[in-house]
Amino acid sequence: MKFTGSQKYITTQDLMLAVNAAISLQRPLLIKGEPGTGKTMLAEQVAASLGKPLLQWHIKSTTKAQQGLYEYDAVSRLRDSQLGDEKVNDIRNYIHQGTLWQAFNADKQVVLLIDEIDKADIEFPNDLLRELDRMEFYCYETRETIRAKHRPIIFITSNNEKELPDAFLRRCFFHYIRFPDHDTMQQIVDVHFPGLKKALLKEALQVFFDIREMPGLKKKPSTSELLDWIKLLVAEDIPVDALKSGDANKLIPPLYGALIKNEQDVHLFERLIFLSKRRG
Amino acid sequence: MLIDFFLSLKESGLPVSVKEYLNLCEAMQKGLAYGSVDDFYYLCRTCLIKDEANYDRFDRAFAHYFKGVENLDAALTKLFEKDIPDEWLKMLSEKTLSDEEKAQIEAMGGWDKLMETLRQRLEEQKGRHQGGNKWIGTAGTSPFGAYGFNPEGIRVGQDKSRNKSAVKVWDQREYRDYDSQVELGIRNVQMALRRLRKFARSGAEEELDLDHTIKATASNAGHLDIKMVPERHNRVKVLLFLDVGGSMDEYIHRCEELFSAAKTEFKHLEYFYFHNFFYESVWRNNRLRHTEKFSTWDVLNKYGKDYKLIIVGDATMSPYEILQPGGSVEHWNEEAGSVWLQRLLATYKNAAWINPSQEAHWQWTQSVTITRQLMGDRMYPMTVEGLDRAMKALL
Repeated sequence: MKFTGSQKYITTQDLMLAVNAAISLQRPLLIKGEPGTGKTMLAEQVAASLGKPLLQWHIKSTTKAQQGLYEYDAVSRLRDSQLGDEKVNDIRNYIHQGTLWQAFNADKQVVLLIDEIDKADIEFPNDLLRELDRMEFYCYETRETIRAKHRPIIFITSNNEKELPDAFLRRCFFHYIRFPDHDTMQQIVDVHFPGLKKALLKEALQVFFDIREMPGLKKKPSTSELLDWIKLLVAEDIPVDALKSGDANKLIPPLYGALIKNEQDVHLFERLIFLSKRRG
Repeated sequence: MLIDFFLSLKESGLPVSVKEYLNLCEAMQKGLAYGSVDDFYYLCRTCLIKDEANYDRFDRAFAHYFKGVENLDAALTKLFEKDIPDEWLKMLSEKTLSDEEKAQIEAMGGWDKLMETLRQRLEEQKGRHQGGNKWIGTAGTSPFGAYGFNPEGIRVGQDKSRNKSAVKVWDQREYRDYDSQVELGIRNVQMALRRLRKFARSGAEEELDLDHTIKATASNAGHLDIKMVPERHNRVKVLLFLDVGGSMDEYIHRCEELFSAAKTEFKHLEYFYFHNFFYESVWRNNRLRHTEKFSTWDVLNKYGKDYKLIIVGDATMSPYEILQPGGSVEHWNEEAGSVWLQRLLATYKNAAWINPSQEAHWQWTQSVTITRQLMGDRMYPMTVEGLDRAMKALL
């Protein structure tokens, strides 16, 4: 069982190795990287290419670790007891399985994505140590231990908003998705827009990397923004010439709003364009 | 077999643990990196390093330990082919240089001269180190190190279209930009934001209102009637005073970031601007500072003593501006600035002064010393560690 990228997802050698190490050693893989470099996509693509079901657990600032295991709905049980419902005799009726339980309980191995773990409370990762390490947890209400039938392949993504505790990190493999270089980027675009004209792609990538190189940008455009932008260029049928920066009057690339999303960055961008125009 | 390697990683200050080392051994046993040094390098990194800030240090340690495993390549000669973008160097240095250092640069003949020298230096290096794997100016022997543009911190002239297979991956040191010890400004403020958040989060909990539930159930003839209390929000109230203009100009970027961080963190945030020191009025909109003034008395009366006072300013001015009536540089003040600060401190027991200038320089400025005395030593530098202390003092 080996992951070698897929038709919709280009992987670099280091990412592939990290994924395969995580799969064969059955440890969670923690993925960090600039926003829009395909962290969440990775789990989807691995699941698709290995032919395994994907379970997703999206973390919010209010998410508690317990919610991933199970939740005991004491309030409805109390209500049911007052109404004399038969259901009340079995506590199992009031235990709602969380994503981790489902993943542990699945009959075949699944891919589990814990998305944006850094959004949760600082203590959140610490509450999942044993669950991720031993792949088991204890359900107090039913007095049973839930053990993974097949250790799921776990991907955890983080945007670096909070630092994760050391004990947690030690249990994971780690990979930082770097921003793709020019060649990789070309492959990525090829995969998404197979029929794209070579000339347009070349110019678009040039403009894109030029913008990324600009000093002082608050939010650099990322892969997903490039793809959006190209989609727009294709939809609007912008001619290749419009992108060529040789013409001093058309230095601002068309539809640049798809690439630059911060108001201050737009100002900075326009100012730099103005400066370079004057120089030229 | 790799114990020495593991120990050398540990020695270079990387936070690696035995468990991670065993993981690596297990992965090796499974044949995940067989017959390729590159694969081995990636595998080591995946197993042992858990923070991209440590990637660069790992690259160096790896290169050091495995030097000579592969033949050195001549591909690095391409490294300095590209010109260094002036804008970039300029921006970087403006951010990092202090006033004295800027003066020194002027003494050397200004920016252009310096850039010229730097470029010459690069040229020389290109010749001398052809085929080697060393970058320019590491240890601060070059004048550029001393001025804070240690070219280590930036990718000087890295040729993007470099032939990939020819260069050892770890020697490219592509992650140097992520090393937290190199990057100063932005990361610091991000960390600061984190501290503020930690501080802001305390006490956020969701609860069942038990007393109320029991009462409601009883009056409901025994039928359950759940009562909840709304989630407790962060109740920290912050009164923020920001020094603007004059000597504060060079810290604007950092103050902005601190301010926007604070603004998203605290629901109850009131902010005002002042210039150099406190007098009878402050303002809220810097553009309308002369027309739209708020009396400091009003501020004192309006915001209760449960507000926490945070003052951001470099406290660098003439001592008269603090101690003398009429000492303000802008107008005639009836009462001395120190009187106003003492009034503020009398109302707000929890107070901290955050000073963006370097802590080591404080003792050389008389006004900073005076301000510190007035604040009862509660002055903290605008660094991660300083903000941490400030937040602790405010709690």
